Amino acid sequence: MPEKIIAGQTVTVDEEGYLQNPAQWNRDIAQEIASEMGIQLTDAHWKVIEFLRRDYQERGAVPGMRRLNKVAGIAIKDLYTLFPDGPIKKAARIAGCPKPTSCV
Amino acid sequence: MNDVAQRPRKVSIIVSRGTLDGVYPGLILANGARLEGIEANLFFTFFGLYAVLKRFQDKLRIATVGNPALRVPHAKGFPLPTLLGAVPGMSALATAIMKKEMEKLDIPPVSEFLQMIHDAGGHIFACKATVDMFHLQPDDFCPEVEKVLTVGEFYERSVGAQIIFT
Repeated sequence: MPEKIIAGQTVTVDEEGYLQNPAQWNRDIAQEIASEMGIQLTDAHWKVIEFLRRDYQERGAVPGMRRLNKVAGIAIKDLYTLFPDGPIKKAARIAGCPKPTSCV
Repeated sequence: MNDVAQRPRKVSIIVSRGTLDGVYPGLILANGARLEGIEANLFFTFFGLYAVLKRFQDKLRIATVGNPALRVPHAKGFPLPTLLGAVPGMSALATAIMKKEMEKLDIPPVSEFLQMIHDAGGHIFACKATVDMFHLQPDDFCPEVEKVLTVGEFYERSVGAQIIFT
């Protein structure tokens, strides 16, 4: 697995840039990945990122759209506005989670 | 990293069948397209139209007759004999079992799935020929249906899209 320096810290990533170890993540890394994507993180983004991390730690899988909607209470429209062109993948990458594996 | 420019950026998915297993692939493809940032049109025609009729969309079933791949009591069980498949309640039972498995995977019921696709910016259309043939009225449809389209309008909206028939 390639290593990469993000926000001054060496992290292990896969070929697509997803962190392989969520423990190497911090908020500065999130900021830097987001700004590479052209996303300026707001409180609304952080709410999604924090839920993703918590849920991934508890369940071992990146939550799908329905779970983000029903459990975290985030509107689907908002997710597409916050993370345009691929909401779950982008949010997962910023949150330091692996690439999502769910089909829904 | 995948080359974004080389990916299809628009798909038009036709759903022509009205069984549970006939409808879900189209819904999953459309939702999955939106999740990838791909523009998605869903076009419901013939019996597939039942997926957008509010009275019937959550009552779609699996065919237990004429479905030689169907195995019971689970996917690796024995093939269900045709005459048993015809026993009243068999289709409802098979459907209930499959829906339970789908719920475990967080795959929503048809009405909720269409709402998700709509909220995700996917477009949902009904086929005019079928609407006329089935004598349907505007209030028969679920609210996510944007418009009833002729085949010509479907092609107009599909310019530059990959068309997927299910």
